[in-house]
Amino acid sequence: MRTGGWHGWSQTLADAIKLLTKEDILPSGADPVLFRLAPALVMGSALAMFAVLPFAPGIQFADLDLGIYFLLAIASLTTIGVIMAGWGSNNKWSLYGAMRGAAQAASYEIPLALSLIPPILHFGTFSLLNATEQQSGWGGMGWYVFSDAFWVAIPSFFLFLTASLAENRRAPFDLPESESELVAGFHTEYSGLRFAFFFLEEYAAMFATSAVATAYWLGGWNFPGMTLLAEGSAWLPWLGALAFLLKAMFLVCVMIWVRWTLPRLRIDQVMTLGWKYLTPLALGLMVAAAGWEAWRAMP
Amino acid sequence: MTGEVLAFSLFSAMAVGGAGLALFHRSAIHSAFALLASFLGVAGLYLNLGADFLAVTQVLLYAGGILVLYLFGLMLVPPEGEAPRPGRRALALVLAAAPVAIFLIAFLARSSWGDPSRLPEPEGTVRGIGLALLTPDGWLVPFEYASILLLAALVGAVHLARRSAPKDDSP
Repeated sequence: MRTGGWHGWSQTLADAIKLLTKEDILPSGADPVLFRLAPALVMGSALAMFAVLPFAPGIQFADLDLGIYFLLAIASLTTIGVIMAGWGSNNKWSLYGAMRGAAQAASYEIPLALSLIPPILHFGTFSLLNATEQQSGWGGMGWYVFSDAFWVAIPSFFLFLTASLAENRRAPFDLPESESELVAGFHTEYSGLRFAFFFLEEYAAMFATSAVATAYWLGGWNFPGMTLLAEGSAWLPWLGALAFLLKAMFLVCVMIWVRWTLPRLRIDQVMTLGWKYLTPLALGLMVAAAGWEAWRAMP
Repeated sequence: MTGEVLAFSLFSAMAVGGAGLALFHRSAIHSAFALLASFLGVAGLYLNLGADFLAVTQVLLYAGGILVLYLFGLMLVPPEGEAPRPGRRALALVLAAAPVAIFLIAFLARSSWGDPSRLPEPEGTVRGIGLALLTPDGWLVPFEYASILLLAALVGAVHLARRSAPKDDSP
């Protein structure tokens, strides 16, 4: 269906309505419980990630002491949803997709979590809010990538982005769904709203990981010139939220841009990259960050 | 107070029900997915007790790590159909478990429970756990012993899994 006048602005709305009203199909060979539970689990865990994101001063659902740790744990539940969907569909392609998803997620969770250790050590907190507040120096430019630990911050930032691409099953790591060989991978059998949940989860998780990268590396809501505003100005939450969303959406755009630039990797290349390059790099960065922070903390 | 009781009932039902389903379901994959409910229920119980770090670790390690590996392993195994119904073996198991259950119930009945409404507000436990595990006055030495044990287990696993060198088969 094609709609929308100027630049197809209403296409997204039309797509959403189309997906909501499409027939919901339960394949006759599928496992009815697992097939229905999988999209709910995936969507629920993707939405729960948003609870700890600090959008702007005073705009955050819950400032958990465990912020990022909670987010990582919740994000790991989507993998189980993918496996559940692949198995419950009772389809060879779905099962292959699910197995690839499991292998990929188990491999890239390690560099993903390790790449977060340099900022966690730098700010000394799991809380995304606290980390953002610590980056307000230099008139709003005291971001972690511009701090004295920039030589650890910049590689760990790119490492985090790469690992989160794999964790969110985005190209060039979209093997669990690879359309050219597995039809649509783990969600081949899904239609209508349940399919929309898988799609929405992917984009919600992309935004959530971009928001984490923003909060830890790119200063969160802090923007240059924020010191010009009066203390406690009513504009600060609005402009802060705008800065945060702009940074996070820029990273989302980078992820989409990478998707259309790089071809899909083979499964052995994905595994090689994860285990032989990214994991040792992440371990090295962790040691470097720990050494640097310990050196700085010395009297 | 009622909220806590409600949460406790819900999470314990999840934990016990999931574990029971994992034990008695006849398909291995379904048992593995039932474990997910059990793990999440236990995490909820930890949260109810104010152990936030433990709860999140439970989800991250058991649900996100170990369960994914279980499922991956189960998918590599050829399907054998469903397990046979537990017949008389179940009776033997119940008989074996009964003394333990009786002991536990007696133990619980004899313990005294404080007034939960007088407990302090729960606060984050990460800092306390970090200081306890990684300072010399805390549990640093046992913690490091545990990590050496795990490292030895990892090296052993790699050694066992490694493809052995091609043997000389010539007579």
